[in-house]
Amino acid sequence: MDKKDDINSPGYAVDAELQGRVTITSLDRIYNWSRRNSLWPMMFGLACCAIEMICTAASRYDFSRFGMEVMRPSPRQADVMIVSGTVTKKMIPQIVRLFNQMAEPRYVIAMGACASGGGPFKEGYTVVSGVDKFVPVDVYIPGCPPTPQALLHGLITLQEKIDKETLKNARWYNKEASVPIPVPLLGPDLIDPRRYAEIAQNTNAPELPANPAENVH
Amino acid sequence: MNGLGIFRGLWITFKHFVDTYVEDLTYRGKRYNNPKGIQSRLKGDTRGIFTIQYPEEKMPVPEEFRFVQFLVYEEGPNGEKKQRCTSCGICAKVCPPQCIWIVRGTDPNTGRPVPEPSEFYIDVDICMNCGLCAEYCPFDAIKMDHDYEISTADRMKNNIYDIDKLSKPVSYYASIRPVNYAREVAARAEKASKKAAA
Amino acid sequence: MTETISVSTKDEILTRFPNQVTADTRAGYQGYIIPAKFLTQFATTIRDEMGYDYLSSVTAVDYLPDGKMEVVYHAYKTTGGPGLNFKVQTPRDQAVVPSLVPIYPGAEFQEREEWDLMGVRFEGHPDLRRILTWEGFEGHPLRKDWHEAYFEEEAKPFKARWPDGKVYRAEDNNPYHDNLQYPKGFDPEKWTPLGETALYGGMQKIQRNGDTVLKTDQMIINLGPQHPSTHGVFRMVVMLDGETVADLKPVMGYLHRNHEKIGERNTYIQNMPFTDRLDYITSMSNNFGYALAVEKLMNIKPPERADYIRVMMAELTRICSHLIATGFLLNDLGAFFTPALYALEERELILDIFEAVAGSRMMCNYFRFGGVARDLPDGVLKMVHDLVFERLPRKIEEMDRLLTTNEIVRARCEGVGVITADQAVALSAAGPVLRASGIPYDVRRAEPYSIYDRLEFDVVTGSHGDVYDRYRIRIEEMRQSVRILEQVLKDIPGGPILTGKPLYQVRVPAGEAYGRIENPKGELGFYVVSNGKPNPWRYHVRAPCFINLTSLGPMSIGQKVADVIIILGSIDIVLGEVDR
Repeated sequence: MDKKDDINSPGYAVDAELQGRVTITSLDRIYNWSRRNSLWPMMFGLACCAIEMICTAASRYDFSRFGMEVMRPSPRQADVMIVSGTVTKKMIPQIVRLFNQMAEPRYVIAMGACASGGGPFKEGYTVVSGVDKFVPVDVYIPGCPPTPQALLHGLITLQEKIDKETLKNARWYNKEASVPIPVPLLGPDLIDPRRYAEIAQNTNAPELPANPAENVH
Repeated sequence: MNGLGIFRGLWITFKHFVDTYVEDLTYRGKRYNNPKGIQSRLKGDTRGIFTIQYPEEKMPVPEEFRFVQFLVYEEGPNGEKKQRCTSCGICAKVCPPQCIWIVRGTDPNTGRPVPEPSEFYIDVDICMNCGLCAEYCPFDAIKMDHDYEISTADRMKNNIYDIDKLSKPVSYYASIRPVNYAREVAARAEKASKKAAA
Repeated sequence: MTETISVSTKDEILTRFPNQVTADTRAGYQGYIIPAKFLTQFATTIRDEMGYDYLSSVTAVDYLPDGKMEVVYHAYKTTGGPGLNFKVQTPRDQAVVPSLVPIYPGAEFQEREEWDLMGVRFEGHPDLRRILTWEGFEGHPLRKDWHEAYFEEEAKPFKARWPDGKVYRAEDNNPYHDNLQYPKGFDPEKWTPLGETALYGGMQKIQRNGDTVLKTDQMIINLGPQHPSTHGVFRMVVMLDGETVADLKPVMGYLHRNHEKIGERNTYIQNMPFTDRLDYITSMSNNFGYALAVEKLMNIKPPERADYIRVMMAELTRICSHLIATGFLLNDLGAFFTPALYALEERELILDIFEAVAGSRMMCNYFRFGGVARDLPDGVLKMVHDLVFERLPRKIEEMDRLLTTNEIVRARCEGVGVITADQAVALSAAGPVLRASGIPYDVRRAEPYSIYDRLEFDVVTGSHGDVYDRYRIRIEEMRQSVRILEQVLKDIPGGPILTGKPLYQVRVPAGEAYGRIENPKGELGFYVVSNGKPNPWRYHVRAPCFINLTSLGPMSIGQKVADVIIILGSIDIVLGEVDR
């Protein structure tokens, strides 16, 4: 069939009288369009990047122009969790709980070097090397801290990512219920419940070399 | 009179509200989406709407602004790249979170070190954008970039920058930091003339 | 400038306690060494009879080669003047020191921190639990023989980066591919978590005698760490009787980023960008304090122009910080975001100046030892001039008119969260919290640093010690900062901006130094111990927000839950500094 006659193709020829009064789109596009333009962030700032996030919400770089109108403190009402700041081992159980409580569709933006990969504090003993060790992340924004314009660019990247999703593959319409991520526990060090066997195996193994850097060369 | 304080506050808010319209009318539609309009919102006497509408209007960054690094190379006449970096290692030593990895080049025949990096990595997930590497480089080889639009969806693939991703020409450096570039060129010319005179 | 203690005090201490106290004679060190058994009597005497009523800092140093642990105290008089530095030494394996909490209640959190990070047990402390890590954490991290999971070498720069630096992620070298290490033989299947029984069990209820018609229970509620009002990840455990607070305990450590351990691994210049991230709103001030402490050790002074630039940046930072404090206090009161938006607009204009001068809006990394890193670019002085002489006085006046006589603000803030002058001094409060109770103590006047002895400004005090007074003090301090800036702009000279050449390896002689400045939040102190090597031996930050939180409990008991939110907002905490 010619492109102009196929109503499912973008080149469909609309009648002269209906030009300007009719819009043809696909369900995917309008579904994604409405979702990407009304992402509500969760009010969740950890450290220095939170101040830049607040500046992005303030009057100079208003992010309600992008549809992020209100920051909801409750995870049940939020769509996107912007993890802004260093993630420490004491705080990660709460972050995982909050992520589990968010309703689908939900997205996570790792803002700043600390949330992406540990940042300058990566060598510390209470710092988690990036929030993606526990929670699936959609967009990473490097910088320390990323300027508000960089954060807005990251939001636009997330919006473009949402544009590419399809209803056929939407995970929230799957038949199986989504499995919540198990909450880590605080013991002699952070304990991830998914790794009990690995931990027991390693602590009962023979002595490891003293300086891990020797393994490199 | 009870309530006068609240009334005073509301009057200030009302004045801010009216100012937004007055300012737009004064500029007669030229307040947005052009460089002069952006400048008018950055000055000390700005009133009215304060928003800089990214991404249509990007706020110009000042010269000293620092984000991720880049390595400077000089362009030869046939388009070949001559890296300024001599792999002295000072930037790797001075970096606070130690996010710079350098493999010093070696001559394949003699095995001695040559002043060229064979590999150069920066882990952007650790870099704190402090600028100490650029400040203490004796060869003006590594400088801080202005590009902040580097968000990505996959950090394992993208966030360790190798020497190809980091290299940018001297002309780019001169375009983003003209005052610093002019000062360095003058200093180098002075040193060269002193050496020639001696 | 070396830290001098006046001659009369030195003789006075040694003549008063001839047998028990000895002067510290190590090269580069000052102060006195007190035996542990005599500490309580010594502290009572200096507080009651010699006038040292303000205990500023309590910290511990691990001298591994000598097998000793040393607890270092700094005490000051609220009338001003130099301080008294005294230490207690104890063997490393059984580190026990009597607690000073019965005499100086402000030492409570600092002693808990030294128990947590160093393993020094304080006898007589009312509630010795871990504060920055969690109950059940293995080991005492700041000890010199404790290594973290990603440990590479004792001191930076690491040899693995150059000349043979094949890139690797630190996870690849750890058996768990993460920042984890467990004690030998640990089996998570057989382990039970400790829970927080010690925390919840220690909460006090209001004692009620007599008959009541309704039988009511008192509940424990957690406010935080994720809460719209808690200014960051901070948790308060509150025992509530209806809406009235019976007891309040702050729980912190949710942003503990190991600043001091990383600081010991860094060289001196590498620590400068890390100090930016302590109190992340006032990064220029933090740089200032650290530069002062190390310059005391190195015995150098910056040139005139550098001093003027430093003071200009410090005062602009003070205005930024107070704008945020006022805006967010009003947020907590319920005026959702309008005053905060007006305050943030002014702050954006000041941040433009920081970006033009230092390169970054918040993490400035601008100060160096002996001056500042770069000179001011063209056009910046004009920007500052426009702000200081025209815009800022108008805008501060506008915020004042918007908020100060507002009936809701007055009704909710007057008489709330009162702390008396004696309580404030005993709890080691600093900054606006101390001055609101009537004590005119400002480090810029008590022990002037840089060029503050030449500048004219008033120390602003309140009289009631409530939330309203703290808010008004912040507005007034902004006006005083504008006054200082006017004088600085008039007199700024030309000249060099750095003493000596810009070096990345500084030579710091052995010794100790305590450099303190007046941060917008209070007294920020840096205690640096050097042993001549390129890395500090001990690096401790006396964080004003951390110690001001000791007064949160006494201020809130008897108030309603909604008032607790405002009281926290009026103390004005920044978690980067509380947890370091």
